[in-house]
Amino acid sequence: MGLVKTMSSLDRRIIFLVVALAVIIPLLLPIGLPIKPTAPVKAFYDSTELIPEGSYVLISFDYDPATMPELQPMAISLLYHCFSKKLKVVMMALWPQGPQMADLAMEVVNQQLQAEGKPLPEYGKDYVNLGYKSGGGLVIIGLATNFGAIFPLDTNGIRISELPLMDKVKSAHDLQAVFSLSAGDPGIPAWVMVSRMAGYPTPPQPGETDITGKMLILGGATAVSAPQFYPYLNTNQMQGLLGGMRGAADYETLLALPGTASEGMDPQSIAHLVIVIFIIMANIFFFLEKRQEERKAT
Amino acid sequence: MPKRKGGIPTLTSKAPTAGLLSVMVALFVFSLVPTVTWGQPAPRPPTNLQGEDFPLDDGRRIQLTWALSPDDREGGLVEEYILLRSTKEEGPYTELPYSIPLGSDSYVDSGEVDENGVTVVEEPRNNIKFYYKIIALGKGGVRSEECLIDGPVVATRQWFHPGRVNMLVASIVLSLLILFFIWQASLGKELYIRPLAGLEAVQEAIGRATEMGKPVLFIPGIMDMDDIQTIAGVTILGRVARMVAEYDADILVPCSRSLVMTIASEVVREAYLDAGRPDAFKPDNIRYLTDDQFGYVAGVDGIMLRERPAANFYLGTFYAESLILAETGASVGAIQIAGTAMPSQLPFFVAACDYTLIGEELFAASAYLSKEPKQLGSLVGQDWGKLIFLLFIIIGSIIAIFNQLNPDLISIKSWFEIQ
Amino acid sequence: MKKQFPLAIVFIAGMIFIVQFFSPAFTPIQERFTHWYIVVAVFAFVLGLANLTRLNLQKIHRQQEGWIYSIPLLIGLAGMALCSFIFGIEEGPFVWLFNNMMLPMSATMFSLLAFFVASASYRAFRARHKEAVMLLVAAVIVMLGQVPIGSAGFMEHLRLSDITQWIMAYPNMAGQRAIMIGAALGVVAISLRILLGIERAYLGED
Repeated sequence: MGLVKTMSSLDRRIIFLVVALAVIIPLLLPIGLPIKPTAPVKAFYDSTELIPEGSYVLISFDYDPATMPELQPMAISLLYHCFSKKLKVVMMALWPQGPQMADLAMEVVNQQLQAEGKPLPEYGKDYVNLGYKSGGGLVIIGLATNFGAIFPLDTNGIRISELPLMDKVKSAHDLQAVFSLSAGDPGIPAWVMVSRMAGYPTPPQPGETDITGKMLILGGATAVSAPQFYPYLNTNQMQGLLGGMRGAADYETLLALPGTASEGMDPQSIAHLVIVIFIIMANIFFFLEKRQEERKAT
Repeated sequence: MPKRKGGIPTLTSKAPTAGLLSVMVALFVFSLVPTVTWGQPAPRPPTNLQGEDFPLDDGRRIQLTWALSPDDREGGLVEEYILLRSTKEEGPYTELPYSIPLGSDSYVDSGEVDENGVTVVEEPRNNIKFYYKIIALGKGGVRSEECLIDGPVVATRQWFHPGRVNMLVASIVLSLLILFFIWQASLGKELYIRPLAGLEAVQEAIGRATEMGKPVLFIPGIMDMDDIQTIAGVTILGRVARMVAEYDADILVPCSRSLVMTIASEVVREAYLDAGRPDAFKPDNIRYLTDDQFGYVAGVDGIMLRERPAANFYLGTFYAESLILAETGASVGAIQIAGTAMPSQLPFFVAACDYTLIGEELFAASAYLSKEPKQLGSLVGQDWGKLIFLLFIIIGSIIAIFNQLNPDLISIKSWFEIQ
Repeated sequence: MKKQFPLAIVFIAGMIFIVQFFSPAFTPIQERFTHWYIVVAVFAFVLGLANLTRLNLQKIHRQQEGWIYSIPLLIGLAGMALCSFIFGIEEGPFVWLFNNMMLPMSATMFSLLAFFVASASYRAFRARHKEAVMLLVAAVIVMLGQVPIGSAGFMEHLRLSDITQWIMAYPNMAGQRAIMIGAALGVVAISLRILLGIERAYLGED
């Protein structure tokens, strides 16, 4: 009887300890569980594949260090994907610490490309980092007509008129896709809703393969907020979504570029399994306790 | 302000070397005839410069379009375009410092402000005639002939946005419904409001805190006052603080935004004043911690562990901190009432708190707690609004099903599109 | 008068924002109001800073419980501010402090979620009634379906990943939408109550 009661209201420190072990052990001794990409991630990858070589895309880094474990692998894979497809990338941020996240991701991508012996993207020609601008939705509205008015300078203080890439990107109408890696507000909801209001090009219909004159909206979000964006996916307001570390791992798998997200899948799997076991245990002891109480009552 | 290449070309070794005089003569000639430059032919000008008022704005922008210069091509003579503006056809024309790259056949003139916020070019003012000229700029700063606009352009402000009629209709219908029921309630008509368990428990929670001699903790979310959920949270704070004052308990309000702290402080002070106990108000209990999300969570968790509040209220906008706060609160044994309209945080609150106000219930809470007929009336109006939305959803679904059979049958999709 | 004046300000400011949405001509006034808000918020920030400093100094002075923690708080506050003033925020000690203290501490707080999710689910997911059983089953499926282990070994035949995607794309989405629509209507109602001065709890009035 004592055991049932104790287990039913188990000291949470024991739970914490078990969860910690469930994360640490698979990190040290990886199992290598196979990763099968999910539908929203496949849609993300396939949509990105539709963008013609040499097109201009925008990546908005709408997160900060707190959510780096989930969103940074996405940023790295996405940049790698873009440069592999020879897309020209405009990076910006609606969060103050976003530009640093972009720089950190670029460092990793450069190392990867160098290791593969591929040419490194050139700043100003293949990519630019316009930095952070406060105002969320207002920034998105501004970009609909004029990039120069919102971002007169890039993060290095260079006038954007002196960056060859920006000669071709005057407004959102010159973009083929917007990617928002988002940890909250402003982030994906702002890009989806405000871009529509500000008259950005419309997204292609599902199944359309020629996306000239259209603009994709794609997103990456933390696992906690991802469920919130399914309505956008379902209504084609967004064409793909990377949700949490699993989404990042799926994307890494599709790109055949295993990174920290894929490494994180083993610990995450075991941690989820442990939590499920805890839930089942809690229910068993809950029933035993209830039965004991019923017996006592009779 | 974008810098422009060009101007008077520098004299290099290719320049005539027949002495200083010839150099001076050459310079003089250059300055007289800007379209002829040493060794560089002038590009042909762009044509057909047209201007019109930029649609749907407050009359501060002019949209210009032109046909590209025939020399505007890869490896051609054009480097960029220059716009000139005047309020008189005969001039004088001011050169606008915009950098318009080759290949562009349109530009929106909306003035220019530099990175320090200083106006470089005045924006086109409302209802004033403007004349424009455009020039193609070639290599070495050679300029083409000018192309003058056909007649003046006037920027006008629009008083109504026709793309938002549907929103206007919806807002008016909804507002009228709410106002109608407020009016009905003020006439003394009985209105049924469905009981909300979370709000029924507010009094119980405060009572418990009083009995235990422990404080009540109130968190109005982590966003600023421009967030409607924070506003809802602060209005509920007014009611809760009033009850706390009446019960003679203590209320702690740690804030993550300075403005919220300032307002929360006023709200609680007024509530104590209203309850007739201004001397019991402790200004130090309403404090600012930090704007940093997780720094704030650490601070609040610390307060919970030290002060061990008996009742915790989380009402406002929450992100990833929701569960960290609620679990810490549960571990100190507090009764917890949460409310937010953040769909992704609701599951955490539901799992870790005793009562959770979901979405609209957060916005209804203050009205509900007030028990004032007028406020309750607005809730009934809101429910009727919801009924209309439900009808539209059902009608829309039926139409969507029929459209699967024949797409041209009927389409009301455009009614719901907002620009 | 003390109450009428704020109510009038609320009404005018609120109406301008509403009218501006339908009438582009009002954009400059709306922009001006937005700037005022920013100015007010900046001044409030000074008040926030003063409040934080005063309370912690007071705590140290009176040697209240936990006063010792106020010392690192004040040192951190002054230290970070000084570093940013002297060396700038692009490089130097500010960046070092940020990368080596702020970042790991923020990440630590965020990662507490993993532990709290476990303890909250242990407590909350109990099959007390029919609805709770449904919630429990959905939670278990999604938790396993979201990670590779859900499609490894014998679990592959259960197609947990597909079921998870279905749960996310349909029941979850329907719920999310209902909450969003309900909340939007709630926002309209509370805004009207505040604009018309019916809701005055924030002014300390019933």
